[in-house]
Amino acid sequence: MADLVSHPDEVKVVSRRFGLGATNLDRHLELDGYKAVQKALAMEPDSIINEVKNSGLRGRGGAGFSTGMKWSFVPKQSAKPKYVLCNGDESEPGTCKDRLIFEQDPHSVIEGVMIAGLAVGARSGYIYIRGEYRYLSIIMQKAIRDAYAKGFLGKNIFGSGRDFDIYWHGGAGAYEVGEESALMESLEGKRGIPRVRPPFPAVAGLWGGPTVINNAETLASVPHIILGGAEWFAKLGPPKNGGTRLFCLSGNIAKPGVYEFPMGYNLKKMIYDVGGGIPNGRKLKAVVPGGASCPCLTADEIDVGMDFDSVAKAGSMLGSGGVIVVDDAQCIVKFALRTMKFFQHESCGWCIPCREGTDWLKKTLVRFHAGAGQMKDIDNMQYLAENMLGRTFCPLGDAAAMPTIAFVKKFRKEFEDHLDGKPCPYEKAGVAEPAFAH
Amino acid sequence: MKFSDEFEARFAEMVTHYPTRRSALVPTLLYAQDEVGYLSDEVIRELATRMDVTELEVRDVISYYSMMTTKPRGKFNVQVCTNISCIVRGGEELLDHCAKKLGIGEKQTTADGMFSLEEVECIGACSWAPAVQVNYDFHENLTPEKMDRILDEYKKKATQ
Repeated sequence: MADLVSHPDEVKVVSRRFGLGATNLDRHLELDGYKAVQKALAMEPDSIINEVKNSGLRGRGGAGFSTGMKWSFVPKQSAKPKYVLCNGDESEPGTCKDRLIFEQDPHSVIEGVMIAGLAVGARSGYIYIRGEYRYLSIIMQKAIRDAYAKGFLGKNIFGSGRDFDIYWHGGAGAYEVGEESALMESLEGKRGIPRVRPPFPAVAGLWGGPTVINNAETLASVPHIILGGAEWFAKLGPPKNGGTRLFCLSGNIAKPGVYEFPMGYNLKKMIYDVGGGIPNGRKLKAVVPGGASCPCLTADEIDVGMDFDSVAKAGSMLGSGGVIVVDDAQCIVKFALRTMKFFQHESCGWCIPCREGTDWLKKTLVRFHAGAGQMKDIDNMQYLAENMLGRTFCPLGDAAAMPTIAFVKKFRKEFEDHLDGKPCPYEKAGVAEPAFAH
Repeated sequence: MKFSDEFEARFAEMVTHYPTRRSALVPTLLYAQDEVGYLSDEVIRELATRMDVTELEVRDVISYYSMMTTKPRGKFNVQVCTNISCIVRGGEELLDHCAKKLGIGEKQTTADGMFSLEEVECIGACSWAPAVQVNYDFHENLTPEKMDRILDEYKKKATQ
């Protein structure tokens, strides 16, 4: 079980039942569980979709697309069965929020999948959980069994005359499977290689049927919207950024943890007031605001509201809610190298700009950090990364390129400090230890 | 090829969850690996037959997923995360420490077959970094000293 934290500024919506024993179905019911789906059963599908649209809920996996809009793309009539697919393949470095939802309130995800199913006319849903989260798969499998035993799932749910099935599915270690089309490939028993779009999943997804794919946190927000109303949810955040978000504070910060704040909560406050600032008398150097694929912000750029549009305006992305704090003892070149090593490892190799680009960038950064970099490498890295942008079938290429461009642009001096055979200044000062086997 | 009753019951149920048998492949491979210790030629042959796919297709899938292995590992697979949230809190030092303590390197196994070591990508424990997974168990907020105690406990557990 992961440690839970709290702060007075928190607004608990998705985390409302955390720490209250809500994995137990009876306890979950005492805490208003499965009321939203019963309400939704009495609603027209279009009014469910409109409610979610009006709530301003946007995809919590990272892309920030309007959830209600996504649902509305599913055709009303379909010869093939329609599906709901919950993306619980959480693996964006810096992100550990879905883990807490599965651990603390698995039934909220089940309920969210059911409501999504009612909205788009699907009769079954899948909850895909990454393979490393075995203990959470056990929790989720039990939650699904319990919901069946109570008659909440299966035939004639809640006596409504309608049927709905939910199945668990597990991954086996692959970042790219978090991308929606690769996720479907994985669920169909294949390598997680992205699909060419169009057709989009809403038209032709799992086994060719129309499929709605949402992140676990997105789906866990849905029952609260149905119960509390679109207006209430929308007003928690700034315009077009409805609700709250689970932020995963990690890195060089005094009080790391997963906190839930309204959209638009100030990042500086999050780091200093909530997170207790930078420990060991160190200073802030950079923040990666939304998981490893987001461009970093420098210490001067953190007075920003944490919602999709404000972070985009600041030149980065709200992403998956993983806020990684980096202090001034860290070498940015090494940090950029570790980031690229990850993307190089996870690239499926299908698109050449991503496969070759991540490998080339990793090799350059390895050489650079070892002190064998040349001045022209700095511009070359940026040039290479910029040429990966938008040239791949899935966003992994962009995810690797964007942070690299920001590291080079914003911390050029640190790259220059590694030139001409100079050892890494941070390791020389005894601040950082030599790397293992890179 | 004989799997446990639990495996068979789970498999029989799982294949009813999808319109195609093959869809159960990824989780089934991992459950098979948990029983056998690795994905042996025999396991691959058996699952290929059950899933109506070729052995080559099964191997193709195995090679994609980082948790799957066709070679035996130690009884306890120590997976140290060195991704960005962990690296700034001592993940690399922890990996070095484990390597020294166990006397093995990346993807190697101790002579007694007890431990193997692996550097892994983000395991979703970022707010509790640095973190390690031993098989499926999470160990978080680690220091080298805490890690020593954890490894000793596993060793004790295995010899009892």
